[in-house]
Amino acid sequence: MTQLVETAKRDLWEAGEIGEQDVSRLIGRLMHRQVDAGELFFQQRRLESWTLEDGIVKDGAFSVDRGAGVRAVSGEKTGFAYADDIVLPALGKAADAARTIARTGGDGSIQAYRRRDVTPRYSDIDPLASFPDRDKVALLGRADAFARGLDPCVKQVTARLAASFETNLVVGSDGTFAGDVRPLVRFDVAVIVERDGRRERGFAGGGGRHDFSWILSDGADEETRKYAREAVRQALVNLDAVDAPAGSMPVVLAPGWAGVLLHEAVGHGLEGDFNRKGTSAYAGRMGEKVASDLCTVVDDATMDGRRGSLNLDDEGTAGQRTVLIENGVLKGYMQDKLNARLMKMAPTGNGRRESYACLPMPRMTNTLLLAGGSDPEEIIASVGDGVYAVSFGGGQVDITSGRFVFSATEAYRIENGRIATPIRGMSLVGSGPEVMTRVSMVGNDLALDQGIGTCGKEGQTVPVGVGQPTVKIDEITVGGTA
Amino acid sequence: MDVGDLESDLKGLVGDILEEARRQGATAAEVSVGDDEGLTVLVRQRDIETVEFSQDRGFGITVHVGARKGTATTSDSRPDAVRATVRAALGIARHTEEDECNGLADPERMARHLPDLDLHHPWSADADALRDLALETEAAALDYDDRIVNSEGAEVSTQRSCRVYGNTHGFVGAVTGTRHGVHCAVVASEDSGMERDHWYSMTRDPADLEDHAGVGREAARRALARLGAKPIRTGKWPVLFSPRMAAGLIGHLMGAISGGALYRRASYLTDSLGKRIAAKAVTLSEHPHLPKALGSAGFDGDGVATGSKAFVRNGRLERYVLGSYSARRLGLETTGNAGGVFNLRLETDTVCPAALMREMGTGLVVTELMGQGVDIVSGHYSRAAAGIWIEGGEPAYPVEKVTIASTLDDMFHGIVAAGDDVDRRGNIHTGSILVRSMTVAN
Repeated sequence: MTQLVETAKRDLWEAGEIGEQDVSRLIGRLMHRQVDAGELFFQQRRLESWTLEDGIVKDGAFSVDRGAGVRAVSGEKTGFAYADDIVLPALGKAADAARTIARTGGDGSIQAYRRRDVTPRYSDIDPLASFPDRDKVALLGRADAFARGLDPCVKQVTARLAASFETNLVVGSDGTFAGDVRPLVRFDVAVIVERDGRRERGFAGGGGRHDFSWILSDGADEETRKYAREAVRQALVNLDAVDAPAGSMPVVLAPGWAGVLLHEAVGHGLEGDFNRKGTSAYAGRMGEKVASDLCTVVDDATMDGRRGSLNLDDEGTAGQRTVLIENGVLKGYMQDKLNARLMKMAPTGNGRRESYACLPMPRMTNTLLLAGGSDPEEIIASVGDGVYAVSFGGGQVDITSGRFVFSATEAYRIENGRIATPIRGMSLVGSGPEVMTRVSMVGNDLALDQGIGTCGKEGQTVPVGVGQPTVKIDEITVGGTA
Repeated sequence: MDVGDLESDLKGLVGDILEEARRQGATAAEVSVGDDEGLTVLVRQRDIETVEFSQDRGFGITVHVGARKGTATTSDSRPDAVRATVRAALGIARHTEEDECNGLADPERMARHLPDLDLHHPWSADADALRDLALETEAAALDYDDRIVNSEGAEVSTQRSCRVYGNTHGFVGAVTGTRHGVHCAVVASEDSGMERDHWYSMTRDPADLEDHAGVGREAARRALARLGAKPIRTGKWPVLFSPRMAAGLIGHLMGAISGGALYRRASYLTDSLGKRIAAKAVTLSEHPHLPKALGSAGFDGDGVATGSKAFVRNGRLERYVLGSYSARRLGLETTGNAGGVFNLRLETDTVCPAALMREMGTGLVVTELMGQGVDIVSGHYSRAAAGIWIEGGEPAYPVEKVTIASTLDDMFHGIVAAGDDVDRRGNIHTGSILVRSMTVAN
C-alpha cells in the first residue's frame, strides 16, 4: 500500500508541482481558525465508455476529471469547498472558504502523518489501457451478433462497455496520509423483443474492480455471451408474463441480485448519519432484536475484486468487514469519521464520496445476507400461493419510516409449491424492520450479484455490491393489477 | 466576474476549442462549456451543520469526422488539456462506425435571435445571511407543533450557472441563470411511529422565493399529516395525483414520446404519431421563452432555436420530442428538443382540488411516490404511494405503504380532470390530475 501512496502523489501532485510540505502548509492554513479536523482529498478519474446500438458502435466517450476537496470540521459543523484544478492558488482559496465554518472550539492540533499497510483487494491496473480500443469495439460487435442470433423476436440490442480508473490521496490533520488506486469495469447488454405487437425488455451485465481481461482474454467470449443470453432470456420470459397479483402474500427472493432489497430495506437504515441524527427507524436500537434469528447481515469491503470493495475508503480508513446484524440482533452501524466521532464509535471504512466535489458520508460497500440452512427447493415448496422474485430493476427507501419499494424485472407466481407463470408490472412494498422479522427461511445458496450495482444517496452515486441466498418472507405487499 | 465578461470569456474558449478540433482534423465539431458557482448552507437542530462552496468549470466536445463521431469531457480548460481532450475525442471517433444520422443540426435551424429570458438574478446574501434564513426556516418547522420531534435540517442555497454552446456552423450562444432554493425536512412522531416529509421553494430570483418560514411550516404540516396512517381495502379506485406527482406522471409520457426511446422502439408509444394517446382533455405544450422560468432556453442542445409548440393536443399525439439525431433516425425534422422539453404545461380546464376530491368520491390522493416501477417499453406502472384516503369527497385519514398499479396507456386515457393548484417549481407545470381508476393495494 505504501507504493500506492507514492503512485497517487506522482499522479496527483506532480503536474501542479506540489510537494508534501505544501500540503502540510495547506493543512496548517485550514487549521488556523482552531478547527477540530482538516482534510484534503485529491482525486483524478478517467472514464471511458463505448456504446453499440443498431449493430454499430456509434458512440464513445472519454473524460478526465481532477480536483481536490477541502474539508474543515468543528464539532458537528463542516465547511467544504473544492478546487477543480490541483494547483496551490486554487487549493489555498478552497482552504480559506472551508475554514470559515469554525468560529470557536477545537484545539487545532495536527498529528504526525501515519502511513499504514493494508492488504490490497484489487490490482492497480489501468483498465482503459489494458486492451486496444479496436478489441473493445470488436467485442461489442460480436455480442450484438450473438444476441440477435439467439431469437428472431430480438429487435434491438444495446451493448455497453465502460471503464474507470481512479487515483486518490487523503491527507488529514488526524495523521491520515493514504492513497488508493481503483480500477472499475462493466459490460452490459439490453435487448428489446417484440412479438404480436407486444414489446418487452431484458437486461444483464457484470463487472468489478479489475481490467478487461475478464471479458477480452478468452477467445470464446464466454463471459459476454453469458450476459447476452441472460438478457434475451429475461425479455422472452416477460413476453409470456401475465399481470401481477395485488395484495399481501409470501414472497421468495432468488439468490444474488435480489439482495438489493436488503440493501434498501435495512442497509441504508444502518448508516451512521441517520442514526446519529435519530432519523432512522433503527436509531437507538443497538443490541436489540431487529430481524428474525435467521438473519446475519454484513457489509464487506474486503472481497477480492468486487465492485463495492475498497482498500481504503475516501477518508483513508481501511476497508473492513462489519457485522451489522447477527442472528437477528443489531450489532453495528456503518460509519465515516465524522459520525463515528460524534457517536463515540470507531470508523468502519464506510466513508465514501462520489467525487472530490462532494462531502463523504457513510455508505455501503458489498452488503450481504449470509447463508442459512434451507434447501432452496424446499423453500419454494413451502409456499402455497405467492411470488418468486428473481430480479429487480431498482428500489428506494424512506429511512425514517423504514418503508421501501422494489420493482421486479423478472418474477413468477408460486402455486402449490411450484414456480408457475411469469408475472409483470410488480412492485414489492414493505417496511424494513417489519420484513426482516418475517424472514422465515434462509437458503444455503449464498450468491453475489454480477457487479453492476450503483447506489444513490443525497444525489451522490457510488458503486456497490449485494448478495444473498434464497430467502422466504412470510408476508409482503405485492402491487400488481390482477 | 461580470456576467458579460464571463460569457465572452467562455465564448472565446469555445472558439479556441473548435479551432483546435478543426486543426486536428475534425470535419465538424460542437463544444459546450459550463461555469457554475454556488453556496449551500445546511442547518440542523438550530445550529449550522455544513457550508459548501462549489465552483466548477468544464467542457465537453463532440467531434465529427465524416459520419463518425467521438466525445470527450474534462474539468481542465488549460491549452494543453484542450489539445489532449480534442485528441481523445478524435481517438474515439477513429474507432466508432459510420452513422449517416450523425453530424450537426442543419445550419438553417440554428437559433438566430436569442430572447432575453430574464434568468440571471444574483443573490447578494453571504454565508451568514443564508445561515440565518435557514435557522429561521427550521425554527418555523420545529416550533409548529410538539409532535415535530426531529429534523433533517433546513437548507438555503444560491447558484449561478453559465453554459456556452458553439459549433462549426458558426453558432455560439450563452445562457446564464441563477437558481435559489429554500428546503426543509422534518420528522413528526407519535405512538404510531415516525414520519418524515419536506417542502421547498426554488426560483430564478431570490425575491420570488416563498416566505422561508412558510416553507418550514409547510414541511411540518406535511409530516404531521402523515401520522396515524391506516390500511385501505385493496381494489380499483380513482387516484388523484398531487401537482408534484402529476408532473412526474407527465414526465413518463414525455419519456415515451422522446426520440431516443422511439427510434430504439423502446416505448409503448412507438408508431403513435397522430393517434389518440390520452383523454380528450389533455393538451401538453412547451413554452421555452417564459421569463424567469426554471426550464427556459433560447436554443436546445444542438443550437437549434426553441419555440412554443404542442406535443399532445386534445389527447392526440401531434409531435414527438426530437433532437436532430433522433429526428434523422425517424425520418422527421428536429423539434428543437435536444436535451428535452422546456417549460411543459398541461393546458386544460381546471377546477379547485376540493372539487376534484368531490368528483372522485372515494379514492386516494397521492402525495408521494417511491420506486422505479414505470416501464415505458411495455407501459406498465406499479409504484409505492403515500397520501390521503378520501371518503365522500372529504379527506378521511393518511395512507402509507400502498401500491398503485395500471398501465400508462390506461392512466392517460383515464384522466378525468385537472386542478388549478399549478406547481411551477420544475420544468413541467401542472396542477393535480385525477385518474379514473387504478389498482390500489396493501
